[in-house]
Amino acid sequence: MTTAPALGTPGMPGGPAVTDPTVTVTVDGHEVEVPVGATILEAAEKAGRRIPTLCHHPDLPDVGVCRICVVEVAGQRALQASCAYPITTPIEIRTYSRRVRQARQTIVDLMLAEHCGSCQTCGRNGNCELQDLAEEYGSDHFRFGHRTEPTRLFDTLGPSIRRDMNKCVHCLRCIRTCSELQGVGALGVIGRGDSTTMSPYLTLPISDVVCINCGQCINRCPTGALQEVDDTDDVWHAIEDPTKHVVIQTAPAPRAAMGEEFGLPPGTPVTWRLNSALHDIGFDKVFDTNFSADLTIIEEGTELLLRLYENLVLGDSSRPVPQFTSCSPGWVKFLEHHYPQLLPNMSSCKSPQQMFGALIKTWYAEREGIDPADVVSVSLMPCTAKKFESGRPEMTDSGHRDVDVALTTRELARMIREYGIHLPDLPERDFDDPFGTATGSGVIFGATGGVMEAALRTVVELVTGRKVEEIFDHADITPVRGFEETRYAEITLPDELGPVPAILDGKVPDWDWLKGATLKLAVVHGTANARKVLDDIVAGGRFSECHFIEFMACPGGCLGGGGQPIPTSVEIRKARAQAIYGEDAFYGETGRVRKSHENPAVLRLYEEFLTDGPCGHRSHHLLHTEYTPRGTYIATNGRGVGDGSNR
Amino acid sequence: MSVRTPMTLATIEAEQGLRAALALAPEEVVATIKESGMKGRGGAGFPTGVKWGLAAEAPAPDGVRYVVCNADEGEPGTFKDRVLLSELPDLVFEGMTIGGYAIGSAHGICYLRGEYVYLLEDLEACLARRREAGLLGRDVLGSGFDFDIEIHLGSGAYVCGEETALIESLEGRRGEPRNRPPFPVVSGFHGAPTVVNNVETFAWAAAILARGADWFAHIGTDRSTGPKLLSVSGDVERPGVYEFPLGVSIREVVEAAGGGEAKAAIVGGAAGTCVPARDFDRAISYEDVSTGGAVIVVGPWRDLLEVAENLQWFFVNESCGQCTPCRVGNIKLLEGIRRLRAGELSRRELDDLVGLGHTMQIASKCGLGQAAPNVLLSIIEHYRAEVLGHIPVGAR
Amino acid sequence: MTMLPTEVVQDNADLIEAIDALVARYGNDRSALIPILQELRQQRRQISDVAMQVVANRLGITPVDVQGVVTFYHFLDTKPTGTHVIHLCRTISCAMAGMESIATRLENELGISFGETTPDGFFTLEWANCIGMCATAPAMLLNRQALPRVTPDEASELVARLRAECLAQRSGNGANGAAHGSAHGPADGNGAPDRTSGASGPPTGA
Repeated sequence: MTTAPALGTPGMPGGPAVTDPTVTVTVDGHEVEVPVGATILEAAEKAGRRIPTLCHHPDLPDVGVCRICVVEVAGQRALQASCAYPITTPIEIRTYSRRVRQARQTIVDLMLAEHCGSCQTCGRNGNCELQDLAEEYGSDHFRFGHRTEPTRLFDTLGPSIRRDMNKCVHCLRCIRTCSELQGVGALGVIGRGDSTTMSPYLTLPISDVVCINCGQCINRCPTGALQEVDDTDDVWHAIEDPTKHVVIQTAPAPRAAMGEEFGLPPGTPVTWRLNSALHDIGFDKVFDTNFSADLTIIEEGTELLLRLYENLVLGDSSRPVPQFTSCSPGWVKFLEHHYPQLLPNMSSCKSPQQMFGALIKTWYAEREGIDPADVVSVSLMPCTAKKFESGRPEMTDSGHRDVDVALTTRELARMIREYGIHLPDLPERDFDDPFGTATGSGVIFGATGGVMEAALRTVVELVTGRKVEEIFDHADITPVRGFEETRYAEITLPDELGPVPAILDGKVPDWDWLKGATLKLAVVHGTANARKVLDDIVAGGRFSECHFIEFMACPGGCLGGGGQPIPTSVEIRKARAQAIYGEDAFYGETGRVRKSHENPAVLRLYEEFLTDGPCGHRSHHLLHTEYTPRGTYIATNGRGVGDGSNR
Repeated sequence: MSVRTPMTLATIEAEQGLRAALALAPEEVVATIKESGMKGRGGAGFPTGVKWGLAAEAPAPDGVRYVVCNADEGEPGTFKDRVLLSELPDLVFEGMTIGGYAIGSAHGICYLRGEYVYLLEDLEACLARRREAGLLGRDVLGSGFDFDIEIHLGSGAYVCGEETALIESLEGRRGEPRNRPPFPVVSGFHGAPTVVNNVETFAWAAAILARGADWFAHIGTDRSTGPKLLSVSGDVERPGVYEFPLGVSIREVVEAAGGGEAKAAIVGGAAGTCVPARDFDRAISYEDVSTGGAVIVVGPWRDLLEVAENLQWFFVNESCGQCTPCRVGNIKLLEGIRRLRAGELSRRELDDLVGLGHTMQIASKCGLGQAAPNVLLSIIEHYRAEVLGHIPVGAR
Repeated sequence: MTMLPTEVVQDNADLIEAIDALVARYGNDRSALIPILQELRQQRRQISDVAMQVVANRLGITPVDVQGVVTFYHFLDTKPTGTHVIHLCRTISCAMAGMESIATRLENELGISFGETTPDGFFTLEWANCIGMCATAPAMLLNRQALPRVTPDEASELVARLRAECLAQRSGNGANGAAHGSAHGPADGNGAPDRTSGASGPPTGA
C-alpha cells in the first residue's frame, strides 16, 4: 500500500503543515484562536461547544460523510461538516441554529431508516453512538420508515469478528481503521449509492481474506455492526458442567481496562477484585497470564541470545536477526500474509496465552491429578485475534486444544454483569497457585514496549551478571516506553560480562563475544507502523541492523487491543498504560519480583518439568511453534463475485 | 444536425484566441477573462477569471499545475458539450491551452465521459493535428510555453461531473467527492493547483481572447455575460442546441424550439428546477434561473410526478453513496414520490419529505446531493394543488 | 498488495501477459488503474477475480480497492458481458420519447431483463442514465456507439441481425464459441475457454 488514502480525503494543501500561524474563529459569538488548518470541530471544542459526531474518530483521518456535525459558516449557503473543514481564514461559525437542528434531526432519522436491528437484542445496547444521537435529537418515531427485515450480509463465520451490515451506518470508520490506521486493507467500500457496502474482497467472509483479526475495526464501530464473536455461552456451559475443571488465565491489559465496563475511569486497575469476581462466577482456578509472560521472556530471551550467538559467532543465519517478538497474534498473521519472507525472523515462542494453555493441560493437570480432557482452559484477553490463535491447528501440543476459549474484556464484563456482580464492590483476592506469583515484567507486556523492557531486564542480567538496577534506575528502561509510532534504542553492554548462568548451561560457552557490544532494539505498535519498519528491513535500512524488535498489532499494544472496552482514544490508552506501569511499580514497592527470570514459579517449572531448560527439547515441543506463509492472494475458488446482496 | 441556431463559436477564427493570449502576459490573460465577466458554463456559475487567478497564485510545490476540461457531461437533458466536442474540438482545446498559459500549467487533461467514447478517436486525431501544427507540445507557436493535453475516459458515473469527484476518478479512485476546502484551485489533481472548467467554458475563453473581453461582456446581462449554449429537449418540435444571450426568457427558448403548449420546463436538468409555464418570463441567467444548459420542456399532458420519479431514480442510481443525506435521502424521496403517486402518502409524510429535501440541499457533501431534491421541491411548490390531489382525503 | 502464488501465475499466463502489457502502457501508478480496467474489460469482456488480484499486485494496492473501483463505475463490472452490449437510456428525455416501449421490445426479443446476459452469450442488456442524445430520443448505446431515434421495430430488427451474425460466426468457428453459455461467474482463471472473439466490435453501419 504505497499511496494511502483510498477514501476521498485530500491532504491539506502545501501550506498549513506548519501550524505556527493562528487564525481567529468566532464560534457562536465567542472568539477563539486556533492554529491555521485546525478544523471547525477543534475550534468549537476550544470554545467549549460540543458538536455531535459520528464518522469522526480521534484516531482516524476525517472524511466528513455522516454529516451529523454540520454547522453554519457565515456567508455560505450550505452547512459544512465541522470535522472536515480546515480553517485557514477568519470565519464565523454557528454550531446551532434552526437549520442545523433540523438537518441533524433529519440525518439521524435517515440513519435510523437505514439501520436494521433492534437495540434490545444488540450487543452494543447502551454503548451505541447511533442510539445516543437518536436520544439526543429526540427521535420519537421512524420518520422515514425502518428496515425490519435484514437484507444485507451478516457474516458470523468468525473466528474473531462478526459483521452485521444491516446495522452499518456507512461511517467508514472500519475502512479507515483497516486500511489507514492498521495498514491491513482487508475491508473496502464496494458498490455505489444505496448498494454501497463495507466489505472484504468479493464479499467473502472476513475470515477468508487478509484480515488479521486485530478487532480495531470493532473498537471504532459506532454501532453493533461489528462485534466480537461471542464465546461466553461456551464458558457458561463449562462452568455449569460439574465434570469440568474450568480455569481462567487473565492477561494484564484487560485488568487495566475492565473497570471502564463498570463505570470506573480509564486507568483504574481491577486485577485483584477481578479475581474475586471470577471465583464468584464459578471458575475453579484463576491464574495470571503474567506467569507465562515471564516464561515467554526466559524462552524468547534465550532464543535471542542463541540467535545472536549463531549469527555473530557461528556465522549461521538460518535463524536470522533481528528477532521479532511473537506474542501478538494479529501481528503474527500480518507477517504471515504480508511479509512471509520474513517469517524466519519471528521468534518461535508461542504467545503467553498459548504457553500457558499448553502447561495447564500437561504440567498442571498432572500435578493436580486431573484428566486434561476434563480441563477447560479459558483466557481473558484484550484481543480478538487470540480467538483465532487459540484455534490454530498447531496449538494442540498438549494433546488437546491448548486454550479452549479466549474471551475478550468485553465478553467477560458481560458475564460478570449477567451474574449480577458489580465489580468495583468486590474484595481483592490473589491469584491461585501453582502459578500465583508473577512479576512486574509480566505485567508490562500489556503496553507497547513492555515485552522489550521485560526482555531487556532479563537479558541484561543474564549476560552481565549484574543487577539491571545498576544500569537503569528502578529497572525502568524508559527509552523503550511511550506511544511514538516506533521507538529505536541502543544499549551498549559493559566490557565486563558475567559467567553464563546455570539456566543457560551448555547453550553458549561464554559471553566474550558480547563484550562491549551494542544491542540495537526497536519497538513498534500498530501494523501500519510495522509495515513501514518491515519495508525498511526489506530495503536494508536502519531497522535491518536491529537485533530485536517488538511488534504489537494494536495501537498502544495489548492495552489498545480489539477486545478492550469501547470507546478508545489515545487518552484512554495512555490511562490504561499508567495502570499497567503502576502495577509494575507496585511490585517493586511491595518487594515483589519484577524480573521474569527471578519468578520462583517459573524457576520451579524449569526444575520440575522443563528440565532441559529454556529452548530445550520439552520446551520446544510445548512452548514453541511454527508459522504459515499465507501471502495475500485470496483464494476464492469461484465464490462470491457478487454485489453482496446475494449472500 | 441538432444545432438549431447559428453558433458564434463556429465563427471564431482558428488560433486567433491562442495567438492573442500568447501575446499577453499570463496575468493579462486572467485579467481579460475576468473583464469578460464569464462565469462557468457548467452551471455552478463561478467566475472563470477568478478561478484561473486563484490557481495561478496558489503555491505549486514542483511548479506543477493542471488544466482539466470537464467533458463528463452527464446532466440529464444536456448535450451541447457533445456537440461542441464533435464539431469544434479545436476551439475547446485552444481554450484549454489558453487556460494552461494563464495559470502556468503544462498539463491539460480532458475528462471525457465514458458514454462519449465514440468521440475519442476524432478527439485524439484533433490533438495529433494540433501537436503537428505546433499548437500543442513543446514551445507552443514558438512562444516558449509548453502545453499538452491527454484525454482520460470516464467509466460511467454522473457524480464525476463534480470537480473533486472527477479528480478522484483521475487519480484512479472511486468518484467520491472530496470535502472542500481545500478547493481544487489550491489542491486538486495529485495535490497540485487544478483548474476544472466545463467544455463550453474553454470554448468561450478562446472566443473571448479572440474577440476581446468587451465583446463578451456586452452580451447578456450585467451579472450573466455572454452567449450560452442551451440543450433543448423533451416535448418540443425542434429539439437541439440553441445559442442565446444569457438573460433570455424561458418562453423565448421554448417557443424557438416549438414547445408552444408547454406545461413546464425543467431548467438545469435533473439538478435544476421545474419552472411552470406561468413563470416562463423568468430569465435564464445566474441571477434568476441558472442552468448548465439543459431545458427539458414538459408538455401539457404529462404527470409532473412521473417526471420527478424518473429524475429521483436517476439520483438514487447515481449517488456515490458516501454521505447520509444523499445516499439515504434520495431513496426516501423516491419512495415518497411512488407512494404519493399511488395515493398512499399522508400530508404529514409529504411535509416530512419537503423537510428532507431542504436538509439534503444544505447538508449533503457535494452538489449532487444538494441538488437532488430540487426538481421535486419545485414541483411541490409550484403545483401544490395537483400534488395534494394525490393525497387520500382522509390523510390531508 | 497481492502476492501471486506460482500456480495462479501458471494458470493465467495470458491474462497476466495482457495486464502486464497494459501496465507497460499506462504505468503502475494508481492513476493508471481505471484505464487499465477499461482496456481489460474491453479486451476480455469482464474483469475477473484473478484479473483484479493481478492488477492489485501490479499497482501495489489491495484487491478490495480494485473491486471498489470496478463496482463504482457503470462501464466496469466483474460480470462477463455478451458479445453485444446494449445500454438503453432511461432518463427523462428518452423516457418522454417512448423509451418504455423500446425496453419492453428488447426484453421480449432477448428473453432477458435489464442487467442480464442472454444464455447464448450474444447480448447483454443494461440501462444507461442520460447518454446525451436527448435531442434524438429515444436513444441507446450499442457496444458504446450511440444509436439515435430508435423505434421498437428497429430494435427488433437490430437484435435479429446481430443474432444472425453471431450464429453465423459461431458455426464458422466450430466448437470455439460453444462454451459461451454460462455467462456468469468469472471466466478468467477458471479454465473457461476464450470468449468468441475479442475483435467483435460494433457492427459497421449500425
